[in-house]
Amino acid sequence: MDKIIKIENLHFTYPGDEIPTLCGIDLEIERGSFVAVLGHNGSGKSTLAKLLNAILLPSDGKVTVSGIDTADKERTLELRRTVGLVFQNPDNQIVANLVEDDVAFAPENLGVEPEEIRRRVDDALKTVGMYEYRMHAPHLLSGGQKQRVAIAGILAMQPDCIVLDEPTAMLDPIGRREVVSTVSRLCREKGITVLLITHHMSECVDADRLIVLSEGKVVADGVPSDVFADADLLWSEGLSVPATTKLLYELNKSGINVPLTAIKTDDCATAVVNALNLVK
Amino acid sequence: MLKDVTLGQYFPGDTAAHRLDPRTKLVGVLIFIIALFSAVNWISYGIMLAVTIACIAISKISIKTITKGLKPLVVIIILTGLLNLFYTQGDVLISFWVITITKQGLKRALFMTSRIILLICGTFLLTYTTSPVALTSGLERLLKPLSKIKVPVHEMSMMMSMALRFIPTLIEETDKIMSAQKARGADFETGSLAQRAKALLPLLVPLFVSSFRRADELAVAMESRCYHGGSGRTAMKRLKMGSIDYLAFTLGFIMMFGVIALAYFGL
Amino acid sequence: METAILETIALRHVYSAGTPFEKTAIGCVDVRINKGELVALIGHTGSGKSTFVQHLNGLLKPTSGQVLYNGTDIFADKKTTHNIRYKVGLVFQYPEYQLFEETVYKDIAFGPKNMKLSDAEIDDCVREAARFVGVGEELFEKSPLELSGGQKRRVAIAGVIAMRPEVLVLDEPTAGLDPKGCDEIINNILEYRKQSGSTVILVTHSMDDAARIADRLIVFSEGGIFMDGSPHEVFSRTEDILRIGLDIPAPTAIAEKLRKLGLPVPEGIYTSEHLKDAVLSIKKGGCTNA
Repeated sequence: MDKIIKIENLHFTYPGDEIPTLCGIDLEIERGSFVAVLGHNGSGKSTLAKLLNAILLPSDGKVTVSGIDTADKERTLELRRTVGLVFQNPDNQIVANLVEDDVAFAPENLGVEPEEIRRRVDDALKTVGMYEYRMHAPHLLSGGQKQRVAIAGILAMQPDCIVLDEPTAMLDPIGRREVVSTVSRLCREKGITVLLITHHMSECVDADRLIVLSEGKVVADGVPSDVFADADLLWSEGLSVPATTKLLYELNKSGINVPLTAIKTDDCATAVVNALNLVK
Repeated sequence: MLKDVTLGQYFPGDTAAHRLDPRTKLVGVLIFIIALFSAVNWISYGIMLAVTIACIAISKISIKTITKGLKPLVVIIILTGLLNLFYTQGDVLISFWVITITKQGLKRALFMTSRIILLICGTFLLTYTTSPVALTSGLERLLKPLSKIKVPVHEMSMMMSMALRFIPTLIEETDKIMSAQKARGADFETGSLAQRAKALLPLLVPLFVSSFRRADELAVAMESRCYHGGSGRTAMKRLKMGSIDYLAFTLGFIMMFGVIALAYFGL
Repeated sequence: METAILETIALRHVYSAGTPFEKTAIGCVDVRINKGELVALIGHTGSGKSTFVQHLNGLLKPTSGQVLYNGTDIFADKKTTHNIRYKVGLVFQYPEYQLFEETVYKDIAFGPKNMKLSDAEIDDCVREAARFVGVGEELFEKSPLELSGGQKRRVAIAGVIAMRPEVLVLDEPTAGLDPKGCDEIINNILEYRKQSGSTVILVTHSMDDAARIADRLIVFSEGGIFMDGSPHEVFSRTEDILRIGLDIPAPTAIAEKLRKLGLPVPEGIYTSEHLKDAVLSIKKGGCTNA
């Protein structure tokens, strides 16, 4: 399979800091996959996001996206067009007073022809379901709507990969669902690689792959059901596990033999029912 | 409440006044001001008044909105009127105690107050019918020649549009911090001037801190959306001059030269 | 009948009344909060819950209706309205953004100072509040800006607790924190309540938080009260909760599914412990039946 992101022996220390934020990360991300990155505050996950599109440059090691070395200053614009970043605070990434003007910002920077910009803006807004709001002022939208506008602003660059840095941290449950379902649809339908950085376990359940960061290192990496199955590790990292895993874990301890990998609510319930029937 | 403050207010609409190119409107206001300051007699003021009323009618902005906008400036208008009324030398009309009103003074007072009122109405019409974004992009295009002599025109207009974008956000934030400090017993309303100034610290410090944080995050967000200054930038909404703009220009210049001619020939 | 420490009578609040932007944020809300209760107010953004709590300490004046504190109208006169802020402490959403003093100590002391307490009393209040939220004295002389996100949040909460309010209202105290940070804050609040015996009102949209700690849940929807009852009562009505756009706690969702698959799991389960116990008791029951 084609690897869109290649991270080799990545180290990063903020200027003036003594302790490195990232120490020795090696990762390869497959094109078109939906990857969740989990980690507590200060685990280095936001730093990783900024290293992917050359907002920060590695202290040591190498980051390559779609064959572009992020340290190659000649190709920074090309790189940023390829990997779009969506940030936590929706208010601080919207630049215009009108939704459609905001979405047009990136293609305008790239010098795209006006007719083409118009087409991309309309497409992007339709994709995230915000087309009816194109003439609205962003500050009057809900948090979830603002984040969808921010995603549309990235889509208008036609990127291969979208990195979202805790996009749901400031949203309520409705907004959170809006954003997560939008990005997972982008991945499944448009084939865009999605890297979702979060600390909400429930958002990781649908991912193809889950990477857990702690103190600047990868401590777990695999299919979400396998990663969550190691509940002890997650708890020791100050993270939590979904309620499904918690139940299965407790039942196992009480002598009911259930697979820890049934992390979706439906699977979990079925597994419990099956196990109980066997006992009978 | 702070939320009721409306800066650079814009009333969306689809009238001819709204559809005009922002550059036309900016130049139009300039022409209007030149004409206004050239006007010296009753006929020229009559023309200016007629033009203003026509523009208001075309824009479908209600008279109530205009008068509401004039309200905060009433003191200045009255003061200008009174100063001109009492301090102009000439043929005495009425005289009692220390007050003397001359014929010239009365005329001047009338002219000066109408000049201010018309000036305000004209500029209000511009902001009422033009979105801030259109206004800044119009300004950027008009000033573009200046960038040849190293005036940072693009940067200036980008800063202006960012400022406009963040005004509502900052107003909202000010409201929030104010409430939060009030909940801890902060008092913004009573006390001497010095006490009140000091009481503003719990509001201003967090506001500054958060503005810097916002600016920082905004800069990163803009950079990651490929912002790299004005070079090679295109615009989705190209400004286009239409026949309506040329018509507006023609009428505007006729008005200006008419008023100047009236002044010159002393009709 | 128990006297309510806080009571609202036909509370209504309309924003921008008399303009085209008129919006009724809350309409006719009657609530009695009893002394010592831990109440969670739940509702999604725009349901009116934040507007509601700003009435409880007199920050917002109702368009109509009353707020009673121990039976007296808090808007009776200016002095009462001002002093009610010290009786009903309100911690806003993202309270770390309101820190402004040069040191942590001074910031926590801001509220008590406004109450015009003596220096010794202020010192007492500050140290006690810092202890409740787990802010060590070694942080006192630091600038609030140097702290981590979770620490800032706790300092800001201490700033309100330091006023020794009878009622503590917290608006989304765990928003934006990671699971460990959330747990810490929730435990701080529980510990504070246990030791001080205060009444606590927690505004949240996290059903899991609400389910974990509250004695009573009040669900807001469209500016009014949609449900009011014990967690058991509220979470027995999962369909109604989902209908107004709120989540149900994850254990409740699993229990629901198990019931659909034919397991006799009781209604109104809302914590992982209950769920586990329910499943284990079914297992036992199953064995005896066999």
